[in-house]
Amino acid sequence: MSENPKVEYRAKDFASDQEVRWCPGCGDYAILKSVQKAMPELGIDKKDIVFVSGIGCSSRFPYYMDTYGFHSIHGRAPAIASGVKMANPNLSVWQITGDGDALAIGGNHFIHALRRNIDINILLFNNRIYGLTKGQFSPTTSLGHKTKTSPQGSIDNPFNPGELALGAGAQFFARIEDINPKGMVDIFIEAEKHKGTSLIEILQNCVIFNDKVFKEWTAKEVKTEAFLRVEHGKPMIFGKERNKGIIQNGFKLEVVEIGKDGITEDDLVVHDAHEEDITLHMMLVNLRMPMVTGVIRSVKRDTFNERLSQQLEEIKATTKFKTVDDLLESGETWEI
Amino acid sequence: MEKTKIKELEKVVVKFVGDSGDGMQLTGTQFAGTSAFLGNDIATFPDYPAEIRAPQGTVAGVSGFQVHIGKSHIHTPGDKSDVLVAMNAAALRANLYSVPSGNTIIIDTDNFKRKDWEKAGYDSDPLESEELKKFNVVKAPITSLTRKALEGIGLDNKSITRSKNMFALGVVYWLFSRPMDYTERFLKGKFGKKEMILEGNMKALKAGYYFAETIEALPSAYTVLPSDMEKGRYKSVMGNEATAWGFLAAAEKSDKNLFLGSYPITPATDILQEVAKHKHFGAKAFQAEDEIAGIAAAIGAAFAGDFAITTTSGPGLALKGEAIGLAVMTELPIVIVDVQRGGPSTGLPTKTEQSDLLQALYGRNGESPVVVVAAKSPSDCFDMAYNASKIAMEHVTPVILLTDGYVANGSQPWKIKKMADLDDIVPYTINSSDNAETWEPYIRDENTLARKWVVPGTEGFEHRIGGLEKDETTGNVSYAPENHEKMVKVREEKVARVANYIPDLKVEGNQEGDLLIVGWGGTFGALLTAGEEVEANGRIGLAHFNYIKPLPKNTAEVFSRFKKIVVCELNNGQFVKYLRAELPQFDYLQYNKIQGLPFSTSELIDRFTEILKED
Ligand SMILES: Cc1ncc(C[n+]2csc(CCOP(=O)(O)OP(=O)(O)O)c2C)c(N)n1
Ligand code: SF4
Repeated sequence: MSENPKVEYRAKDFASDQEVRWCPGCGDYAILKSVQKAMPELGIDKKDIVFVSGIGCSSRFPYYMDTYGFHSIHGRAPAIASGVKMANPNLSVWQITGDGDALAIGGNHFIHALRRNIDINILLFNNRIYGLTKGQFSPTTSLGHKTKTSPQGSIDNPFNPGELALGAGAQFFARIEDINPKGMVDIFIEAEKHKGTSLIEILQNCVIFNDKVFKEWTAKEVKTEAFLRVEHGKPMIFGKERNKGIIQNGFKLEVVEIGKDGITEDDLVVHDAHEEDITLHMMLVNLRMPMVTGVIRSVKRDTFNERLSQQLEEIKATTKFKTVDDLLESGETWEI
Repeated sequence: MEKTKIKELEKVVVKFVGDSGDGMQLTGTQFAGTSAFLGNDIATFPDYPAEIRAPQGTVAGVSGFQVHIGKSHIHTPGDKSDVLVAMNAAALRANLYSVPSGNTIIIDTDNFKRKDWEKAGYDSDPLESEELKKFNVVKAPITSLTRKALEGIGLDNKSITRSKNMFALGVVYWLFSRPMDYTERFLKGKFGKKEMILEGNMKALKAGYYFAETIEALPSAYTVLPSDMEKGRYKSVMGNEATAWGFLAAAEKSDKNLFLGSYPITPATDILQEVAKHKHFGAKAFQAEDEIAGIAAAIGAAFAGDFAITTTSGPGLALKGEAIGLAVMTELPIVIVDVQRGGPSTGLPTKTEQSDLLQALYGRNGESPVVVVAAKSPSDCFDMAYNASKIAMEHVTPVILLTDGYVANGSQPWKIKKMADLDDIVPYTINSSDNAETWEPYIRDENTLARKWVVPGTEGFEHRIGGLEKDETTGNVSYAPENHEKMVKVREEKVARVANYIPDLKVEGNQEGDLLIVGWGGTFGALLTAGEEVEANGRIGLAHFNYIKPLPKNTAEVFSRFKKIVVCELNNGQFVKYLRAELPQFDYLQYNKIQGLPFSTSELIDRFTEILKED
């Protein structure tokens, strides 16, 4: 992709002429705005950007972007996006998906896209519910949660998307809440810059079927204390007063107060997003209070496409088959 | 030594059968290859067990390879064996039915001990039975003779025993006056670096040859002279291989990269493996996590500008159904290959059938028309893969190519095609006259009704497509009732118009008369052979379909030239059902076989003769 597009874009250049049709107040609006804000900063030509989605409320997203877009079928977007990227590695490919789309029907494709590290950016809109089909529990719905198909409370163990992704070999995982526009923009930019499949879990509020499901973290009274925003190379400090931190105690992370019990900033864990070993990242994605946001893991590894191009080039350079005629005439042949 | 008298034969069918570990597929392939090399026409039929490792020496573990070679043209691997090579008791038991009395059976007596024939389910030693007296049985201790011949060359016992298939091949080479050099070249290529194995195989081959020359059990040696095939350069092709080459050729001709998204499934896997071997043409062979991902990746690649295909067999086609609907809705060019096998469900994985036709035509939600074509022989797989690709890219539409286990695994001599002689493929994409301001994603060519294939990376043509119903020109989501009706009809009409670009239906044999044999796909050879043989009883023609949806434009006209029509298929009557719906003005008789086996010529002859007699 050309790093310097001919035109300087503004966010509104990425808005298509289609009317956005999510429920008023849906978290999806804020995500759309942030993506449109991040785009000009990436310096990629509009013609080289593709949004691919599955099915769900969030999957309407590509229609609203004035780029190339493909609204496909339920759960299969990772495979379609992979095909797009393999066909043309120059494209910047973004996959938009929901928790049902990615983790239920598309679970298989989701883990394989991460495993292959094919260099697409996956934005997982996690509202812990099926929005489009009007309110059934999803693979991220909490145990005991009442929904239309779990009127007595869900008895399904939920997935933690970050844990699943790291287990599947994800080399880039970030998490962010939909009420943090600036945070989203930064992360989208980082995700695109990362060479490899990037997964961003966005805690997205569905006002209609699962309103305030993240209120434990996002409610006004608590939100300044409930999120730990990690940054590579920085100690893990959080809280309105910036007086809380994280230390490692055996195989667990623990919340401590700076200044109490002789704890100083030096005792805190310093975030290392680039560490190949996933132990720390696993602990971070599993922490519940505070909820860890930011880029939790970002490790450079060969992408599938790099290997594919390299293999194709090597084979082309060494083969005796230059055209299909050479192939057809090869092997045992005879004259009649 | 007096030279054995060599008799000339017109045609001969040899069947090699043994345990699945005995290497019978290789033996058969070598005999076929050598014969083709000598200029014979050939047709082959491998028949192997579904279980990779069925218990040794049992009927379930029998693997066979049938080769039909001829001076005149050969269209099928043949019904009956002139020579059966049986490496053990189970193989004899499973295949004796195919040998008419008086014919030759070569038996490896080392594998006919009591425990062997008991395992095969015989109550007494079959070698002593009355039944076997009807044949010219050549009793040869193949295993122990191989061991003796390879004594002391330093090979381990297992490798020595393995070489017995070469001994058997040597016997047959002598019997049919075939030279050994073709196989020698093959073995050198295969075991070039493993000299001891190479030497062992060659020694066993020669030992078999000289054994046959020496013993008097063989009445005489035969030969089949070269056939009168069209002049030119030939090679032997297998259906799946030819399918892969057809796609590689289409990619080169259209100046596109080939993208294959696939998931292994018998009997389609070879296509994926063949394309994977030829990445040097820029072909991306992507082994996906399942069939759905295979086609989904292909659809993504097609959207992004590659010539994309996906290959599978019946159960895989079922999984791909939803995604094929997406390709129909988004009108992207892709070819879906279904190498049919017996169904439903896992069915008969290694046996052939033609029972996915209705699935190909209708197996999707909504009104979801796709072009459906079929290949009729191993070499025709090349042409039909190529033609399917041309239709997909020029009409910007998904195309399903049906082959089957029988043509996919069968082989044939193929007159090598030159790229320069193949039709051009001109993908329908935007060109310099297209203006981004006035262009809309669903504007159509007035003749083909194709929409243009515009790929990401093209400046000014940014657009969104998807599975939701769309406005007839802008492609924006539209649920307007009249628009949906219009779109359903236009998608159907687009497929119907492909009829203007495909060849007319040809009739083999009589152009008008008493009986028209109708078939499609892999049954061509059997129908043609049977038709030719019955011709004396009446005026018979064969109309064999490569193009199924849409039907060739002259189909009704062809049908009207015959008094009776019989539709023959390896299923419960799927094509005939389709014909009754499309061309209800004709009466159709049927002949259906649903045994996981190809048609035998004799059963067809019986049926045709019967029909001609009926009033
Ligand atoms: C094959 C198939 N099965 C089921 C559906 C119905 N369906 C559409 S969206 C959806 C769930 C969407 O939930 P999620 O992915 O969480 O997205 P959200 O709507 O919440 O953004 C389901 C079950 C479908 N469209 N296709
Ligand atoms: S149902 Fe929920 S997720 Fe869907 S648009 Fe409405 S608020 Fe958003």
